[in-house]
Amino acid sequence: MSDYLDLLGLPFMQRAILAAVFTGLAAPAIGTYLVQRRMALMGDGIGHVAVTGVAIGLLTGASPTWTAVLVAIAGAIAIEVIRERGHANGDVALALLFYGGLAGGVLITGLANESGGRLNTYLFGSITTISVDDVLAVMVLAAVVVAICVGLAPQLFAVAQDQEFARVAGLNVRFYNLLVAVLAAVSVTVAMRTVGLLLVSALMVVPVATSQQLTRSFRTTLTAAMLLGTLASVGGLLLSAYLSAHARVAPGPTIVLLALAGFALAWPAGVLLRRRRRLRQPFPVVASAAHQTIDVHPHEHGDDCGHVAVPHGDHVDYVHDGHRHAAHGRHYDEH
Amino acid sequence: MTDPTPEPVVELRNGAVAIAGRPILRHIDLTVRSGEFVALMGANGSGKSTLVRALTGLWPLANGSLQLFGTPFGSFHDWRRVGFVPQRGGAASGVPASVWEVVASGRLTHRRLLRPLARADRAAIAEALDVVGLAHRSRESVSALSGGQQQRVLIARALAGDPELFFLDEPTAGVDLPNQQVLADTLATLSSRGATIVLVAHELGPMAPLIDRAVVMRDGRVAYDGPPLASEQVATAHLHEHELHEHGHHHHHAEPERHDHAPHIASPIEGDHR
Repeated sequence: MSDYLDLLGLPFMQRAILAAVFTGLAAPAIGTYLVQRRMALMGDGIGHVAVTGVAIGLLTGASPTWTAVLVAIAGAIAIEVIRERGHANGDVALALLFYGGLAGGVLITGLANESGGRLNTYLFGSITTISVDDVLAVMVLAAVVVAICVGLAPQLFAVAQDQEFARVAGLNVRFYNLLVAVLAAVSVTVAMRTVGLLLVSALMVVPVATSQQLTRSFRTTLTAAMLLGTLASVGGLLLSAYLSAHARVAPGPTIVLLALAGFALAWPAGVLLRRRRRLRQPFPVVASAAHQTIDVHPHEHGDDCGHVAVPHGDHVDYVHDGHRHAAHGRHYDEH
Repeated sequence: MTDPTPEPVVELRNGAVAIAGRPILRHIDLTVRSGEFVALMGANGSGKSTLVRALTGLWPLANGSLQLFGTPFGSFHDWRRVGFVPQRGGAASGVPASVWEVVASGRLTHRRLLRPLARADRAAIAEALDVVGLAHRSRESVSALSGGQQQRVLIARALAGDPELFFLDEPTAGVDLPNQQVLADTLATLSSRGATIVLVAHELGPMAPLIDRAVVMRDGRVAYDGPPLASEQVATAHLHEHELHEHGHHHHHAEPERHDHAPHIASPIEGDHR
């Protein structure tokens, strides 16, 4: 155990924890807006395009982080333009972009005489080899993403919820759409070093999917997703560091699997919660048909009788073997 | 509203809309005056929804000129005076959103960037929820509501902005009668407060007594513009003689029966060659 604490005290580990915290906050923040627009896979698409950006960095000797940011932003804008033009087969056009990005990246990496191993650190993340400069870049970019996602939440929410209404409310919808695309591209490159380009989308989408199992409002979904994302990325990092004493455990996949484990726990709870809510939803008040009483009813309904109690106008119906029993004087009525 | 001729709020002159190069709306002249309650009616595909989308700027005009509150559309920025209720489907999205949150987005026209909600904003949101009768469900997810209730949420969202001019696109489509009645009561409240209302409707239902004026669309042109019609008259509105005199075509024939179900006439102008 003291070995483990020593490990956490090492500078590379502290850099990794910082990167994990900021990534865990930023990726689900923008991911919430992507899921709201039903574009959950957009992060995945940008991630593929960013591979080419990394390769260009390797080829030219520039910092792969910054070339990836630029190419990812260009790719995100291209995706947004294709989406806005409303091509009938928009998803096919997006797929072309994804594969072009991945193939271009692998090809250019070869041209740069770099090994596949170097590219792998970007594809699947290598948070423990992150440099001081990269940590600073991650922190600045992530802070910008979080600040915009939270600060402009009313506008971004309205545009994602209903574009036509937002336009008639005088919002510049195209600007906000491009802003979301650019923010998604920036968070992809932020998360690139943590979980890798091929797993980026998981950190953007899975915490959102988990939190919306249990939430009813947008604001709590956003907050909970950011919290869960941070828990998953820091927890995954620490877990993989702990396990690395026994086996080779990569942090990137550990983070993603931990996030998925959270979803696996939340999903049944969400199903139960929604079922309970549906069962207890009040029955509509309609002018009733004939007054039908129940002949013999040995059971007395009450707060703890075990039958589901549903509000019905000014009284309560007890759901009983597919019937609705309502107290009426000394007997029960069929409702 | 004692002024005999209130100022025009919406003024469309010779308006035309083309979608993907095909002319959809042609030669539309429409003036809506302050305080009027206008129903845009017509069959499916007659262009009534396209017209309301042109009036809100969602479709650009291919021709003609549009003024809102006396300002040419290009220089109109006073969006807090306009409320829009799109066709249903906009209420739910990929992430849960509470009823209150959706209605709160109607206050965006009053809020500056990066400022929290002011007390006046909260009061307007609460009042809008109250008017549509959903105050007790404000914390629930929009997707948990029925279709008619979601429609009421969208109306509350427009209400929260406190506009003077409302555009509603088929608010009663697929809504059951009790919910239609709530919608009609809401619109009656708005109208009595002096709001101008432009409503797209296939059938008026409980809203019929509220209408001041009906505009019937047919194949992308205005076929009738005048006092409210009974719903069975809408299909034959272009055969009535007391409107559109400027075209000089009068239809005195006592034979409109065969047009009741399958109208054969595209517009009043082409109606004469029979």
